[in-house]
Amino acid sequence: MNVIDRPISDAIVTAWNEAPAFAPGDLVRVLDRAPIGHYRVPTYLRGRSGVVEKIVTPALLDNEEEGFGRNAGNRRFYYRIAVPMTELWPGYRGGAEDGLRIEVFESWLERIPA
Amino acid sequence: MSTSHDHPHDHPEGDSHEPIGTDGKPGYYDVMETAVRELFIEHGLLRAAEIRRQIEVLDSRTPALGAQVVAKAWTDSGFKARLLEDGRSACEELGITFYDDTLLIVLENTDRVHNLIVCTLCSCYPRPVLGLPPDWYKLKPYRARAVTEPRKVLEEFGTFIHDDVEIRVSDSTATVRFLVLPQRPRGTEDWSDAQLAGLVTRDSMIGVAFARSPAEEVA
Repeated sequence: MNVIDRPISDAIVTAWNEAPAFAPGDLVRVLDRAPIGHYRVPTYLRGRSGVVEKIVTPALLDNEEEGFGRNAGNRRFYYRIAVPMTELWPGYRGGAEDGLRIEVFESWLERIPA
Repeated sequence: MSTSHDHPHDHPEGDSHEPIGTDGKPGYYDVMETAVRELFIEHGLLRAAEIRRQIEVLDSRTPALGAQVVAKAWTDSGFKARLLEDGRSACEELGITFYDDTLLIVLENTDRVHNLIVCTLCSCYPRPVLGLPPDWYKLKPYRARAVTEPRKVLEEFGTFIHDDVEIRVSDSTATVRFLVLPQRPRGTEDWSDAQLAGLVTRDSMIGVAFARSPAEEVA
């Protein structure tokens, strides 16, 4: 019989990078690296920590690769990251809750273990 | 009266103007733009008519579109929910097309949170909904200071945010564009969408100002 005896979601194996690597609430750090080429991560953000607020859907091409004409197989997720202003600017003057929101591509993020 | 140029139209008293023209040499980027455009056309990658058409597309986008989106969100709670869930598809509902593959996140200002948008890397802006950005939005002082001292920048625009209201600066870096949904001014409860749209300024949708109040509208 051509029937699956469990929920479809249990039977499906997703491809590498098909599912988001991070979830809302995850603590992440933006990598501190300075490669040559076209990069969309502002310098002031590199090495800073934040919290994933939202997964930007759908998955999108890695525009850093696309800048060199490489489009195949590099679709991944952007994440909207929340970073406190005090994390970016130690002398920040303003509300304690003031913060930055910024979209960062998956390849620039690493998980901070809880 | 005399005019400083020679062409066949009349200048009423006191309404003289400088000659309109391009006297200076083209700058570095003007030359580069012309060269690249001509190369694209010569090689058959683009036609001149396509470039002109795209300029027409951009010219058709103005803050008046964004103002209509905001006014509808103020009066239609279902639309507002869809707009906050997926800004692009809610705008498309109203016939605003997205010709450039960008997504749109709409940020709601409340009594607790004030949103401000910037593109520190260049000049990303919700062009499909607002048209071209103002010059100051593209210049480095705004781009640098919006993320380092947003409250001071807002004060310079005449916008004072109470200390216990959270400032959220959204820096647009790649594919997502942002649009601020300003707070609906008090005293507009029985206003129509068209009247409300008249209160929604470009700057209020960037987040450097509030929507105008009814008193300002009358003034």
